Amino acid sequence: MKQMFLSICAGLTLFLTGPLAAQEPLRIIIDEAIIEPLPVAVPTFQAESAEASQLANELARVVAADLTGTGLFREIPSSAFISTVNDFNAPVQYADWKAINAQALVTGAVNVQGNNVNVKFRLHDVFSGAELGNGLQFSGTTEGWRRMAHKVADAVYARITGEGPYFDSRVVYVSETGPKDDRKKRLAIMDYDGANVQYLTDSNAIVLAPRFSPSGDRVLYTSYESGFPRIYVLDIGSVQRRVLESAEGTMSFAPRFSPSGQTVVYSLTQGGNTDIHSMDINSGQSVRLTNTPAIETAPSYSPDGTRIVFESDRSGTQQLYVMPATGGEAQRISFGEGRYGTPVWSPRGDLVAFTKQNKGRFHIGVMRLDGSQERLLTASFLDEGPTWAPNGRVIMFSRETQGAGGSSTLYSVDISGRNLRPVSTPSGGSDPSWSPLQK
Amino acid sequence: MKRILTAGLLIAALATTACTNPDRFGADGLGAGATAGAGANGAIVPGSANDPTSTAFFQQSVGDRVLFAVDQSNLTTEGRATLNAQAQWLLTNSDYQAVIEGHADEQGTREYNLALGARRANAAQEHLISKGVPASRLRVVSYGKERPIEICSNEACYAKNRRAVTVLAGGLTS
Repeated sequence: MKQMFLSICAGLTLFLTGPLAAQEPLRIIIDEAIIEPLPVAVPTFQAESAEASQLANELARVVAADLTGTGLFREIPSSAFISTVNDFNAPVQYADWKAINAQALVTGAVNVQGNNVNVKFRLHDVFSGAELGNGLQFSGTTEGWRRMAHKVADAVYARITGEGPYFDSRVVYVSETGPKDDRKKRLAIMDYDGANVQYLTDSNAIVLAPRFSPSGDRVLYTSYESGFPRIYVLDIGSVQRRVLESAEGTMSFAPRFSPSGQTVVYSLTQGGNTDIHSMDINSGQSVRLTNTPAIETAPSYSPDGTRIVFESDRSGTQQLYVMPATGGEAQRISFGEGRYGTPVWSPRGDLVAFTKQNKGRFHIGVMRLDGSQERLLTASFLDEGPTWAPNGRVIMFSRETQGAGGSSTLYSVDISGRNLRPVSTPSGGSDPSWSPLQK
Repeated sequence: MKRILTAGLLIAALATTACTNPDRFGADGLGAGATAGAGANGAIVPGSANDPTSTAFFQQSVGDRVLFAVDQSNLTTEGRATLNAQAQWLLTNSDYQAVIEGHADEQGTREYNLALGARRANAAQEHLISKGVPASRLRVVSYGKERPIEICSNEACYAKNRRAVTVLAGGLTS
């Protein structure tokens, strides 16, 4: 476990860069309706030591997979290359890359000394014949090499799209095995792309809906290990957990951290009625935020911590509401057809993602906080539980298939509705929670 | 002290059944007890389905569950009748405690279904209390959509999954 926490430092700018080109910059505008994937070439990195030769290829493969996985880039196969890159510091033969229509070129070099890895890269705007941004280097340990590839890809993605990065992040989720009537569930954590899966609990008790802390070091989740649903907080590094106490005869579930990481908002069920409460995670002091006979659950803070979006059936069906973080009057924000649940405030603050049920189908969707501009991104027998990528551009969720042999799989989709794709996990998966960008 | 001990036993019993016999409410699970009820000379075997003080008798002859309509937690006429019989049995067999488990079908989000299952379990509990069963002998828990007994994705299965099941603990051996 310990080895997962590697020191990766973004180095100072090492290399000289050419003057920025005067012509049209290399840029993808994600909001444009139709996006032609941008052709990118990612030749094998230069191995600067004998031990680095295997990593040199693997790093380039992970960088390319991150970029093409967004649906915004198309990789030019190495078989089409005219030039080979044999020296990281030698001038790039832009004409050779232009000839194969590579608009972006990522070159890199890697040096391995014992357990230490140093990765350098440059991003080239081929048609301008110049670098885009400065060369950067990252260093870390051999076990953490994938993170360095994600950092390179993050820099490339951010420079070309103008969006925030998200590849160097993790996902905690519920790993599922077995048939529907005997399903085993355990908490697992992995890199955002499904690599490096590790298990955080055994499967002796049902576990549900893990949620990352704002600093990515702890996870809140619900477990039946006492026989009744209770909220636990788990430290990822030590895998130590403790229960958040709640009164005998109650059930507590659907927890989420406040942006400060000090407060947990959650649902508490007492006498058959479910309301939203918040608790100071250190003192255990709790406050009731809603007080109606309706089902009130799935609370999620705004990024500034002042408001909470949640679902309630106070109108007769599940709908979305926003209230002050201290409780008080709630405003309904969902008015479309069907039922709305599991709202999650985007990290950029501009949108809420939700699960919608309408006419026997389930959808993942997004809307603005005033309920306008609702957009459904998916449709299936059962999609639910959206979680936001750190940059607020991509959503991960779980999809359960129909029938006796049904199983659950994680998927991701862009908030434009493009690029729906399964996330590879060793067994079934549900209830994903995306971490913040790693430090 | 006694109360704490009993509560502990209750949870232990729950945990054990939940792990080792997930099929315990299924029709298949009822067969063994039903046929092995009477001994060779016709005497009632304690604990068998023919023993009116047994858990097996409660499950099969009294009825351990009530079913609900889609997204509803109000009791049906049939459900009330079953709970009346459960209350009577629990009053006669006062050694038993019970946990009422509320469940939902798979159509619904996870959190909402947990809360809906809690409403159902609570409706059953309140009915038992109204018929005189001491609240101290009853607890409720919701499994939401986490523990279906039928696994097809149509109403025939969903109808059986929308349930509140009275699970006994304690009794003669405790």
